[in-house]
Amino acid sequence: MSKRIDVESLNVYYGDFLAVEDVNIQIDPRAVTAFIGPSGCGKSTFLRTLNRMHEVVPGARVEGKVNLDGEDLYGRGVDPVRVRSQVGMVFQRPNPFPTMSIRDNVLAGAKLNSRRMSRSAADELVESSLRGANLWEEVKDRLGKPGSGLSGGQQQRLCIARTIAVKPDVILMDEPCSALDPISTLAVEDLISELQEEYTVVIVTHNMQQAARVSHKTAFFNIAGTGKPGRLIEYAPTQEIFNNPKNQATEDYVSGRFG
Amino acid sequence: MTRIAPTEPETGEAPAERRAPRGAGPSGSPRQDAAFSGLALGASLLILVVLAGVALFLCLQAWPVVGAPAEEFYGGEGFLSYIWPLVAGTLIAAAIALVIATPVGVGVALYISHYAPRRLAKPVGYVIDLLAAIPSIIFGAWGASVLAPRIVPLYDWLGAYLGFIPIFAGPASATGKTILTASVVLGIMILPIITSMSREIFQQTPVLQQEAALGLGATRWEMVRMTVFPFARAGIISSVMLGLGRALGETMAVTLVLSGGPFNPSLIQSGNQTVASEIALNFPEAYGFRMNELIAAGLVLFLITLVVNMLARFVVSRYKEFSGANS
Amino acid sequence: MSTATLRKSSLAGGQAPRWLPFAVGAGALVLGAALASLAGFSIGLWAVFAGLLFVVAGPAVVGAIEGRRKGVDALARYLVYGAFLLALIPLVSVIYTVLARGLPGLDLNMLMTSMGGVTGATDNAAAAGETPVYGGAYHAILGTLVVTFWATLMSVPVGLLTAIFLVEYSGGRISGLIARIITFLVDVMTGIPSIVAGLFAAALFVQIFDDPSMRMGFIASVALSVLMIPTVVRNAEEMLRIVPNELREASYALGVRKWRTIAKVVIPTAISGISSGVTLAIARVIGETAPILVTAGFVTTINANAFSGWMTTLPTYIYYQIVTPTSPTNPGISEGRAWSAALILIVIVMVLNLLARLIAKIFAPKTGR
Repeated sequence: MSKRIDVESLNVYYGDFLAVEDVNIQIDPRAVTAFIGPSGCGKSTFLRTLNRMHEVVPGARVEGKVNLDGEDLYGRGVDPVRVRSQVGMVFQRPNPFPTMSIRDNVLAGAKLNSRRMSRSAADELVESSLRGANLWEEVKDRLGKPGSGLSGGQQQRLCIARTIAVKPDVILMDEPCSALDPISTLAVEDLISELQEEYTVVIVTHNMQQAARVSHKTAFFNIAGTGKPGRLIEYAPTQEIFNNPKNQATEDYVSGRFG
Repeated sequence: MTRIAPTEPETGEAPAERRAPRGAGPSGSPRQDAAFSGLALGASLLILVVLAGVALFLCLQAWPVVGAPAEEFYGGEGFLSYIWPLVAGTLIAAAIALVIATPVGVGVALYISHYAPRRLAKPVGYVIDLLAAIPSIIFGAWGASVLAPRIVPLYDWLGAYLGFIPIFAGPASATGKTILTASVVLGIMILPIITSMSREIFQQTPVLQQEAALGLGATRWEMVRMTVFPFARAGIISSVMLGLGRALGETMAVTLVLSGGPFNPSLIQSGNQTVASEIALNFPEAYGFRMNELIAAGLVLFLITLVVNMLARFVVSRYKEFSGANS
Repeated sequence: MSTATLRKSSLAGGQAPRWLPFAVGAGALVLGAALASLAGFSIGLWAVFAGLLFVVAGPAVVGAIEGRRKGVDALARYLVYGAFLLALIPLVSVIYTVLARGLPGLDLNMLMTSMGGVTGATDNAAAAGETPVYGGAYHAILGTLVVTFWATLMSVPVGLLTAIFLVEYSGGRISGLIARIITFLVDVMTGIPSIVAGLFAAALFVQIFDDPSMRMGFIASVALSVLMIPTVVRNAEEMLRIVPNELREASYALGVRKWRTIAKVVIPTAISGISSGVTLAIARVIGETAPILVTAGFVTTINANAFSGWMTTLPTYIYYQIVTPTSPTNPGISEGRAWSAALILIVIVMVLNLLARLIAKIFAPKTGR
């Protein structure tokens, strides 16, 4: 399963402050889309509106539409809890549940939806999710150990496995490698390339090489100045953004002259 | 960073330093340092002395009780048969208070930390702290004159329909001055302790973990169960233990609310007494051996609360490794 | 978009209408009234039944419409809100009671006179309407202030110095060990029941003076200090610990001695927190009854000397006015005095609490953020 996301004229507010203004974007299924841009340009904020995680911040609200295969996430009667089980999220810092074992971490989300899961079904889900996150071989002998005992990169892949186990259509990643060392980053990047075969993947990154390596399309966000809202400046296939950007600001940013 | 402090040493010390003769050290002599640290150490050791004193003087004054003939004791049957109904009453009252206060206290804490509208959370916290600030004598007076008469219908009902259970055996007290009423008042008094401590820990639950749970599609309650409770488990336990310690030692609320007497298994009749209340009721008029006896009772109470506190510490230290507080 | 609303959306589950809580609430009230009248109607019983019905039925309906998980979520929400409302009941009731019963008797007479010379006959005359109510709580207010003053005078230096030792001088191996022991003892001390603290002070002075009927204000102060010191230590320790180390190092780098650094840099930085903590500790012990009961005795006349003679404080005044009314035939008069005294006590405690917050707010070091 993999779904297309269509965003129509989306504004994000924190209280009265307009944080992101008028974003229109179509995100392809079975592909990796990268959001790049300088700090504070609203790319993470925008990412969070794609599964309504921004609502965790008090006072945050949106205007506009986010359609997931034609269904508006902000339509009447839409349940944010259901949205989040279809649009999963991986966070900047790995955040496995510290009190749960590796196995329970993987099952944490899945258990919410099916009241009872047979042991064999659970084992199967744990294995397939961990394999899907390229982590199975490393942890299969210590599934009962706490997830917080893993290395940073392993923890992050555990969080990805936990997200996959819910069987979402879309996986959002908010700078998933920013807290990781280069080798762990490589492992996660490999994983992202594999994930796109089954999921719509959206990744926010500060690292332009990473965007160039893993994504098919790249969206460049920018901010005109402090106190001004962030905007989507340019959205095109990754090759084009990095080699032949149409917008001057994009060129300045990707060539490192700015930001 | 603070604005006052960094300038303080410059303005305060620099002139002194300029005036100081070369080689005589900066400000003051090393002896002042030693004196000051000695003073600090002395104050700390005073605490040790005071605690040792508490134990020592209670023991000294309780000593005549040891080996005294049984007839000399209140009731005439020896210290054990004097003290056990009191200890039983104390434990029963504290246990019921905990049963009442723990769910409500944790619920209120959760309300403040995760459910209340953000603007309300802070004032509600103040209001609950207010509850903690009300002196126990006032709770006692309130319990005796407001709560007790109003709770009688409930006791009548309990006695009539659940009277077959020994703890609700009728006929119910007509004044409502029973150990159950005292326990309710105790519960109200320890509620803010449980609430304020649990609230503080609930609010420290890492946002990352909570977001992870929500990101997996958890409802608010599922998020609380997956992240907040495991994180706060040790804190909840220690807050409950703290409340228990307070309930065990609380005096005036019981003294005023309970019309005490010998041990009585029925909670809705008068009777029963707690150690603390027994002391408060009798000490002002006690003399001679009776006073020694009451001090011995106080020593027993001290030991009980000591055990509870140690237990709390032990439980907390065992759970600490799993609380995820360092992640 | 119309198609999206027509077909079963995968995002929007069944949704309970917004008016649902009100409907369930109304239903619970009606049914609760019916159930309550079965067992002999009373407002309290009605409230209990209606509340229980509401908490059970609301989530059940939500669960039926939106699914089990949403039902459980709703149940938790209802219970949490319920716990909050439940906790408010005693608070509101206590404050209302104290105001309603204490305010009528609260006059200059209450504040400015003692109970000296007030007998059962005086109260009987007042109850018959022949004379105004005589007798007040002046001696108790004075006693409260005196006893608390001495307790504070003993607790604050000891508590503060101990906190300084724990934070600033616990670096070495031996001093570190001592600090751990002291921390443990302070924890133990926090758990001492107030009546035991009172017994300790009483036993101590009985032992020293070998006089079993030894009672005076100062003994009560000692008992209160036992209760106050751990609070002061813990709070001051916390406040000293959050003083950033950079400040100490900056001071050392200027060649300032350690004790002067503590006195001139660390304590001034933490002073707002410390004084607010001390104020809260005072508020905590000023309402203590049990330790006073066994140490200071009880008198009806004015005594401002903590070192000689018995002394009354507000809490013991309240206690004795309730349990031994001045006029046994007209206990209402004494009860009225007790509630007025309770009101005075609550006002004192609340003022201290507000003061603590104010101190913390006004004198807090301004942060650059």
